[in-house]
Amino acid sequence: MSDSHPEHFSHHVRRYLFVFYALLFGTLITVGASYIPFGHRAMNIGVALVIATGKAFLVAGYFMHLISERKMIYGILAFTAFFFVGLMALTIWSFSNFPWHTTTH
Amino acid sequence: MDIPYTVQPRPDTGLYNAKVGIWLFLASEVMLFGALFSTYILLRVGAPEGLWPHGWLNVPIGTCNTIVLITSSITTVMAWASCKMNQFGRFKVFHACTILLALTFVGIKSYEYRDKFMHYEVTLADGRIADGHMVENKLTFADNKWTGYAMIKGHYVEDRKELYDLKAAKSHPHEELRIEGSQIKKLDNYGPWHNTYTAIYFTLTGLHALHVIGGAIVIGFLWGPGSKMWKTDPERFTNRIEISGLFWHFVDLVWIFLFPVLYLL
Repeated sequence: MSDSHPEHFSHHVRRYLFVFYALLFGTLITVGASYIPFGHRAMNIGVALVIATGKAFLVAGYFMHLISERKMIYGILAFTAFFFVGLMALTIWSFSNFPWHTTTH
Repeated sequence: MDIPYTVQPRPDTGLYNAKVGIWLFLASEVMLFGALFSTYILLRVGAPEGLWPHGWLNVPIGTCNTIVLITSSITTVMAWASCKMNQFGRFKVFHACTILLALTFVGIKSYEYRDKFMHYEVTLADGRIADGHMVENKLTFADNKWTGYAMIKGHYVEDRKELYDLKAAKSHPHEELRIEGSQIKKLDNYGPWHNTYTAIYFTLTGLHALHVIGGAIVIGFLWGPGSKMWKTDPERFTNRIEISGLFWHFVDLVWIFLFPVLYLL
């Protein structure tokens, strides 16, 4: 964040507080939604992950200032996102040839 | 010799060096936790039907810890904003809150871990399973057999599967059970060795807790002896607060995914 004028920070502080309340609300929604039977457990997982992604966007975007960062940081994160998505895609792809019931309980 | 670009941005990146450094570090952290999340997915998908635990963790306690961590995030960003607004006193207050909240998080997590280490599953010779918290342990193991006795506050089940989905299972009345050592076929607590769920639970939350402790140590240093820099080089000090804050927010971000995945789903 390049803006360092003290007078601008009262505006930023209000935004941080709004994000904080949104995160608290998101947490309560996540817990509440987990008790609602959406028909299939996969649906509950999807809803929880969508809410978690929204909360993560707020933390990364506003608390970590990614909403207004330099290109260099976006470049680093683009590489990270590529490899992270690749890792998850490989994980999901592996389901098609999974050695079922081989995990120990 | 002065370290270059601790305050002024480098002309080519447009950023001071520590900021590039922390984001490269956080990128590696994303892959570290990503690998463990991938492990979690594979373990969960590969679990036999009905043998992936649900409802093993205390949701109100987990929710409370989530709120603690979110609150520590706002105090962290407010501490940095206070430095930017030239209000060192407010910075001290906000970061004192961050440190206290970090300690609260670790304290609550330790309580949860203790609960799991006190929780036992005992397979008896007659095929029944006693499940509950150890009240008194007078057992000794020698020559491949148990002697003595244990008092467990819990209940008996006929099938292990009854222990897996606690969300759906009807609640059993808990009572004190006296287990004779001679009856015990197998005994273990809900530590990381119990099954693949507890293994990944302890790995993910343990690694996350180490990050919380590490972050708290750095923030504690910057709040205490490290804050002397405010008098000599306030801009550089403010940048240090920003860097430690970025790490702290990342720790919060990881927990945002860990909480629903481990506690709720």
